[in-house]
Amino acid sequence: MNDDVAPRRPELVCPAGTPASLRTAVDAGADTVYCGLQNATNARNFPGLNFSPEELRKSVDYAHARGRKVLLAVNTFPPAGQFQLWKDAVGIAASAGVDAIIVADMGVAAYASREYPQLRLHLSVQAGASSPEAIRFHCEEFGIRRVVLPRILTVAEIADVHRQIPCEIEAFVFGNIGMMAEGRCSLTNYVTGISTNMDGVCSPAADVRYEEDADGTLTTRLGSFVIDQYRCGENGGYPTICKGRYGCSVQSEPYYAFEEPRSLNLSALLPDLMRAGVTALKIEGRQRSRAYVKSVVAAFRLAVDGIMAGEEPALTDLIALTEGHKETQGAFQSKSWR
Amino acid sequence: MFASPAASDRPWPLPLLRFLPLPLLQPILTLIGTQVAKTQPDVFLRLGPHALKSFIIDPTDLPFVLVLKPKPEAPSLSAWRRDNAPYSHARIAGTFLDLFDLIDGSLDGDALFFSRKLRVTGDTEAIVALRNALDDVDGGVVESITKAFGPLAPVATITVSHLRRLGGRGKNHE
Ligand code: SF4
Repeated sequence: MNDDVAPRRPELVCPAGTPASLRTAVDAGADTVYCGLQNATNARNFPGLNFSPEELRKSVDYAHARGRKVLLAVNTFPPAGQFQLWKDAVGIAASAGVDAIIVADMGVAAYASREYPQLRLHLSVQAGASSPEAIRFHCEEFGIRRVVLPRILTVAEIADVHRQIPCEIEAFVFGNIGMMAEGRCSLTNYVTGISTNMDGVCSPAADVRYEEDADGTLTTRLGSFVIDQYRCGENGGYPTICKGRYGCSVQSEPYYAFEEPRSLNLSALLPDLMRAGVTALKIEGRQRSRAYVKSVVAAFRLAVDGIMAGEEPALTDLIALTEGHKETQGAFQSKSWR
Repeated sequence: MFASPAASDRPWPLPLLRFLPLPLLQPILTLIGTQVAKTQPDVFLRLGPHALKSFIIDPTDLPFVLVLKPKPEAPSLSAWRRDNAPYSHARIAGTFLDLFDLIDGSLDGDALFFSRKLRVTGDTEAIVALRNALDDVDGGVVESITKAFGPLAPVATITVSHLRRLGGRGKNHE
């Protein structure tokens, strides 16, 4: 990157799975918090998680009173004949006064832009729009104001995309990272019949079972499939198929066919991302606890403020919160990441 | 597997709890259940259908387990010897202090699980719902429970602070 270009102050966009998490994120220094409703209209449709319409309204009031923003993720794809739930979600967002909704489906985007023209639209990572052409199409057709980029571009490629699109860029900087084309993965659907992209949940908890034997070996199952086995003391990960270990005829031992359990951490690349024209830095983890939100948001707040003050970024060690206690810069550093 | 720390490594309330006859513990546990039902009704809403299930909370370094039945109209928390515990839909096991920090909202459950310090078996969906419901309590459930102790609230608060200090609040975050 060109070090002569001054970094721009980015918006820190943080996750909240519950109203208490949202308040924690705001208090820890989030500029913006994103959340979802308690149904299939968002991609973290987990038991006990998310917001009722009333909780959303109160949370928006809490954030706005402190000068922060709230985004509502309506970022799943409605199955045919079930569009009303997504229409209702857009209406709830508008009446709660959220600052933008994050959409993936073109039908939802078209409906929102037609019925609520004053409502700001962001394009979810789930839309998988990574080329200038795809992003420009969404901007022109639905008035998208910001794109959340799929995690497949290098920082140099992000800078290149930035020069060719008319909207803002939001980039993930920390958290869980999947291996497949975003918004297109059907592995969970194949195994459980529940769709990540339409029901809003990868590896539904109802289909996950953990069994630990007398040796301390932990077996993780999704439906009837064994996803992984962790030896006693070996760090574990989420029960997602993309990070499972599998046996096959050409490997002597079960191996990570796609990727090891590990989390994205771009704290070292923050100055480059800020120079590349990224407007907003996004932290993943609506399914995580208040303790996670507090630690990660505070760490990135400190790092961003330090960079803006011309200091070396203060990088807090967040390894204890990462999946498998391993980190990666994914594709952002180089395309060698698989 | 979890190694049991030596008694001398543990904060002072734990060795005491070891020898406590379980019937003596029951009034305190009942008070905790009643207090949570009274002050945190939203917890039960978040649990949804899982409020009708039962959970074993297993502090692996203590000689008893807790059975939680979070039925909204009559939540109950009871102590059982590990071998006699009734059937439950799900079990959450870890050291007393890790479970305490988890319920107190100062530890991240996923991080604890990744590091293999937390074991969950049985109905995973019910466990996820319980974890999320408890995490939505500002200040943590423990904070709201201490208020139930009336004139003994200061003692409860001191005990909790002691546990937080010795238990290493935030120890998985450094
Ligand atoms: S299996 Fe992996 S890539 Fe597919 S939806 Fe789940 S986390 Fe994402």
